Amino acid sequence: MQRRHLLQHGLALGLTPAFLAQSVFAQNTAEKAQVIVIGGGYGGATAAKYIRLLSGYKISVVLIEPQTDFISCPMSNLVLGGSKNLAEITTPYAALSSQHGVTLVHDYATAVDTQKKTVALKNGSTLSYDKLIVSPGVDMNFDTIEGLQAANASGQILQAWKAGAETTALRQQLQAMPDGGVFAITVPEAPYKCPPGPYERASQVAHYFKQAKPKSKVLILDANPDVTSKGPLFKKFWSDNYKDMIEFRPNHKVVAVDAKTNTLKFDAQDSVRANVLNVLPDMRAGAIAMQTGLATVNARWCGINYQTFESLAAKDVHVLGDAILAAPAMPKSGHMANSHAKVAAAAVVAQLSGLEVNPAPFLTNTCYSYVSDNMVIHVASVHQFNVDEKTYKTVPGSGGVSAEANALEATYAWNWAQNIWADSLL
Amino acid sequence: MRPNFYQILAACILVTCTLSAYSQESEKLHQRANAAMCANCHGSEGRTVEKSAVPALAGLPREYFIQQMQAYKDGSRKATVMHQISKGFSDAQIASMADYFSLQSR
Repeated sequence: MQRRHLLQHGLALGLTPAFLAQSVFAQNTAEKAQVIVIGGGYGGATAAKYIRLLSGYKISVVLIEPQTDFISCPMSNLVLGGSKNLAEITTPYAALSSQHGVTLVHDYATAVDTQKKTVALKNGSTLSYDKLIVSPGVDMNFDTIEGLQAANASGQILQAWKAGAETTALRQQLQAMPDGGVFAITVPEAPYKCPPGPYERASQVAHYFKQAKPKSKVLILDANPDVTSKGPLFKKFWSDNYKDMIEFRPNHKVVAVDAKTNTLKFDAQDSVRANVLNVLPDMRAGAIAMQTGLATVNARWCGINYQTFESLAAKDVHVLGDAILAAPAMPKSGHMANSHAKVAAAAVVAQLSGLEVNPAPFLTNTCYSYVSDNMVIHVASVHQFNVDEKTYKTVPGSGGVSAEANALEATYAWNWAQNIWADSLL
Repeated sequence: MRPNFYQILAACILVTCTLSAYSQESEKLHQRANAAMCANCHGSEGRTVEKSAVPALAGLPREYFIQQMQAYKDGSRKATVMHQISKGFSDAQIASMADYFSLQSR
């Protein structure tokens, strides 16, 4: 029930004790409210923490996340390049519980009933919610590339787009590759998670090859017509530093892989054989969002009310992070998911407390890419909610990219990571 | 029973006060959530991790915060990122952030 309705109701009755009792109704509701967050990435973890913070620790929050440790996708390319290890980009979830009172449930959400407002877990139990936040990230759509599912399952052709075991395995493949070999990475058509990520990865592998296997090559086979993000900056650094090592080929859409011969097949161009293949297929909203019917756009991305991040398909369900249909010029990034989470958390707290929803939220994004172990480029943007068009728009004249790759921003990039990990998890 | 004039007046005052209190509480929530857009780089509530090269914002004097943001905006203070980010915020948004962070303990 809305606060205003209560007040009108109370006024109609006159100054009764009931009215006075109702004036604390919203607060009591918040105290009894139960929020469930599915997924502990940059979006979900931040939402869980900020619902606790913004409600003055009144609203109960359960975070459903199978892992006990958060492994960051941003910075994971440095593990491939060899300048960081997995432990340096890993943060336990435990502080969300010990510092902020979030209930951690290390399990998979297997089904959501948006009518009964319940979430079923893999262990067989069921949890009830007043508000649900779905932050499942993306799933790789392996089916779009013939032969990829089996080649990935066998561990031969990796994506390593979710940091963790595959990151380590891909690093091992690179280490095992003979000097003079070829590493090929394929880029799916935009939108996909982390627009500059493939080009940063190519840079990191080239950085490693330059030191350890200087006769080797890095091939970027891109389904898009050009480098998707920070294009001129990446290309300048490549031609200055990895000239005969990195080759960029646009308009290369992979349709099949042959695991026996480690060969990529394209819709139009000649096939490519390489020693190490890193194939990134098309992506879509994570499975739990798909099966709950939240992916309303092309059966791929979740349509939302951008002011509150509430699903267009289900009441009291908010979706955030990479799984949403992004507003114009909004990247699918960890920083952006962290920003989404704060707007969604504030909206959920407002709605459960009978307060007004922020009429003019805004989002920030800063995305750093390491082009070597100590040189970095960035892209930054600010996205203001436009009331008339009900979407976010970047502010003319704001945002932008680095003038050139530089070492100062490598310091800032690593500090960004430390601070956003703390902001999301500690 | 119809309420008399004083009952209606008292009800109006109570409703106005309650609504005003709610509106203030709403604004506080929005201010805190908006300021949290800085936290990704500058730490939760403007408090960074130890030895951060990105400065903490908690406890910065209001006027200093506004002055620096304007300097980023007009280009008189050089930056790697903040000259681009600051141009995305209105003066009112900057003032609200300045108010918020000036009241946070370091």
